[in-house]
Amino acid sequence: MMKSYEIVIIGGGPAGLAAALEAKESGVDSILILERDRELGGILNQCIHNGFGLHTFKEELTGPEYAYRFIEKVLEEKIEYKLNTMVMDITQSKIVTYMNKTEGLVHIQAESIILAMGCRERPRGALNIPGFRPAGIFSAGTAQRLVNMEGYMPGREVVILGSGDIGLIMARRLTLEGAHVKVVAEIMPYSGGLKRNIVQCLDDFGIPLRLSHTIVDIRGVDRVEGVTIAQVDEHMKPIPGTEEDYDCDTILLSVGLIPENELSNKINVQMNAVTSGPVVNESLETNIEGVFACGNVLHVHDLVDYVSEEAALAGKNAAKYVLGKFDGQEAPAHTVTLEAVDGVRYTVPKTVNIGRMADTVKVRFRVGNVFKDSYVSVYYDDERVLHRKKMIMAPGEMEDITLDRKRLQEYPDLKKITVKIERE
Amino acid sequence: MYDVVIIGAGVTGCCIARELSRYQLNACVVEKGDDVASGTSKANSGVIHSGFDAKPGSLMAKLNVEGNALLWKLAEELDFPVKKNGALVVATDEEEIKHLELLLDQARQNGVPGVRILTREEVMKMEPNLTDKTVAALYAPTGGVIDPFNLAIAMGENANVNGMEFRFETEVLQIHKKGEKYALETNHGTIETKCVVNAAGVYADKFHNMVSEEKIHITARKGEYLLFDKTVGDLFTASVFPVPGKMGKGILIAPTVHGNLYVGPTANDVEDKESINTTQDILQLLTEKAKANHLSKKVIPMNKVITSFAGLRAHQDKHDFIVQEVPDAECFFDAAGIESPGLTSSPAIGAMMAKMVSEKLNLKKKEKFVSTRKGVLKPEKLTDEERNQLIKKNPAYGNIICRCEMVTEGEIVDAIHRPLGAKSMDSIKRRTRAGMGRCQAGFCTPRTMEVLSRELGIGMTEITKKGGGSQLVVGKTKEL
Repeated sequence: MMKSYEIVIIGGGPAGLAAALEAKESGVDSILILERDRELGGILNQCIHNGFGLHTFKEELTGPEYAYRFIEKVLEEKIEYKLNTMVMDITQSKIVTYMNKTEGLVHIQAESIILAMGCRERPRGALNIPGFRPAGIFSAGTAQRLVNMEGYMPGREVVILGSGDIGLIMARRLTLEGAHVKVVAEIMPYSGGLKRNIVQCLDDFGIPLRLSHTIVDIRGVDRVEGVTIAQVDEHMKPIPGTEEDYDCDTILLSVGLIPENELSNKINVQMNAVTSGPVVNESLETNIEGVFACGNVLHVHDLVDYVSEEAALAGKNAAKYVLGKFDGQEAPAHTVTLEAVDGVRYTVPKTVNIGRMADTVKVRFRVGNVFKDSYVSVYYDDERVLHRKKMIMAPGEMEDITLDRKRLQEYPDLKKITVKIERE
Repeated sequence: MYDVVIIGAGVTGCCIARELSRYQLNACVVEKGDDVASGTSKANSGVIHSGFDAKPGSLMAKLNVEGNALLWKLAEELDFPVKKNGALVVATDEEEIKHLELLLDQARQNGVPGVRILTREEVMKMEPNLTDKTVAALYAPTGGVIDPFNLAIAMGENANVNGMEFRFETEVLQIHKKGEKYALETNHGTIETKCVVNAAGVYADKFHNMVSEEKIHITARKGEYLLFDKTVGDLFTASVFPVPGKMGKGILIAPTVHGNLYVGPTANDVEDKESINTTQDILQLLTEKAKANHLSKKVIPMNKVITSFAGLRAHQDKHDFIVQEVPDAECFFDAAGIESPGLTSSPAIGAMMAKMVSEKLNLKKKEKFVSTRKGVLKPEKLTDEERNQLIKKNPAYGNIICRCEMVTEGEIVDAIHRPLGAKSMDSIKRRTRAGMGRCQAGFCTPRTMEVLSRELGIGMTEITKKGGGSQLVVGKTKEL
């Protein structure tokens, strides 16, 4: 007999933990969290810097502290979880196959699945960085794990490519550990990280950030011996004559994160080409009924607080799904599509069923460029219903708007909600 | 003193070592890298050529066709992955059809089985993603793909099991003839031997020229590649070549035996025989090829590139293999100029060299030669039930270390403890594929390091990417 669970959550990081707690809170007892690493908490365990939880707990926590707030509750609630356990396969009929050392390969039946696998870092190859392939080239997250969890130094003289948050955090971390971070090069004309990280991790330590620069050569046969960086033009092509050499033994790459959707693809979850995450509706449900997604597997977040908030919603909706309360709402289905245009790269969710949405639904998005003194505008079909001024918006920081059910119900013929950036 | 010392543990040296290990002798392979297949053998197309490309009457043509026939059988005996996916040479205008006819004629002269020219309709049916410019194609059904590392690893392991000694991180610096024997000065002392087999790849000319007045010259001809994620690996079934040019077979688009896709190689002669770096201009060129209508009508998405790499062909001026006893240096044998189709030809080169050396030294065959070998056990090939039994017996097979390629701890431990076991991250990668997937070892690096450290009883700071000075971490935190 195959063992069954009402909700199986794939991933025991911040998303999986928050989803599990909310599902439990909503009245589901049969929950299983499957985690491939050796402890719950996901990538937070290696994020030992502070700055987590300002929104959720109104205090500044480190990553492991933030994670523990959730882990503690999962333990209290006696939610079942398995560590060192890899999900090998899922099917559209929601059979989950996992594997670990003690049980071997196991098939279980889920009524609902919550995808919470997180994301991975883009490797060097994705950027086509030329040069040798010596030791000493790490993605920033790998270096972070080595330093913060294993206690080893990846190198002493460091150049960082990419100004994603992990790269910025590691610039400071390695400096504090006595390494010399020579420069952070960023191919875009703006940073991909949070403003506060640029100030606290680079500016405060006198580490230069070179915007519109990239690595054009890596030297060293055994171990990295140096890099050449060059300025790029508006098409991101290196400009000859702008090359600068840096001697270093280590290169960290912080050049973007990709949601890890290998499992989602196995069951043909519909994907959004912009986020590389599933397309979801207002309930964070994918095109496969009863399969929900949240956290960085859905779209890469800037703050973990938002991951927790989003994941709680996925947990709540998965609970509704298994408890049969999803379709019990009085209003008939009325689904509208959200369209992201004019500087807005995407929205999560992508569709909203006004009939079954909660009183309010938060729509998160990112912009594709730096916008100063501009407006976030929302249109219901052709009518502008929101026009909110923002002093600054940047690709590194998530934005959101809130949809109100009562207000939407005033538009019975509504087809499309458009989110855009307007200069005035 | 050895009977035979083979210089170089690339695929050529390993095949020679394996064939020589059939005989009763005292022999050794010296290799400057920390593993087999750490030079040209680790960075090439992994194509099993059928043999239509080589000039009729050349040694290259003969050994290519022989090697192709040998490989399929060897893959079973020595348990390494191969796939007979066929090769296509695509003509995109009428002029190029003439080239196809030329190749067809060569194929007949070289004795390549089954080669024929397909019409546009026939070939488009076979490969619907071929460029719309396709007018015809040469089809060679005996073309295939192979895991290039695992051929060398399998041959090396099997040779080792049959008594062949391997000395890694041992670089030959000078060779002296001393009476009836050769003295090889290395970074680890002098090695004496009756016979030398020079299988030194791009450096084969250097060693040959130390003992012979009839100089040879080998140019390092660099080839760069883009390797794509398995999600685009089904673009073509066959290995798809353009019509060949002066510098070689051109930039192909082909699946690997593991289901990835690659675009490459380019061909540029370089001075520095260590310059296995990729270059900006060439990567740009390959990017254009992937995007534009080169062989494929589909654009190959650049966000699916997982890595780029370069390898060096050992191009001999006369563009043929040299497999010989050097005329003016008795008991010094060359396997030189082994460029494409060198990988395919290597089993035949091994057999040919073993015959020459054994006749020279009057060697007798061993009574108990072990002719088979099992590769690293791949749990994914087992049924669920078999897999569960395996995990029960050895729980390490239940622990995934590399999540992209789904490689278990059990496989990594196997790779470390088998003959010529892995000692570095790259040698584990080549044996198990751990770190070869889409995250390019981002997640598994610290975990593989841990397994290496535990199994070899060495500290984390001693673990290297590929031997030598390629340590991954420089020390503990708080030590700086």
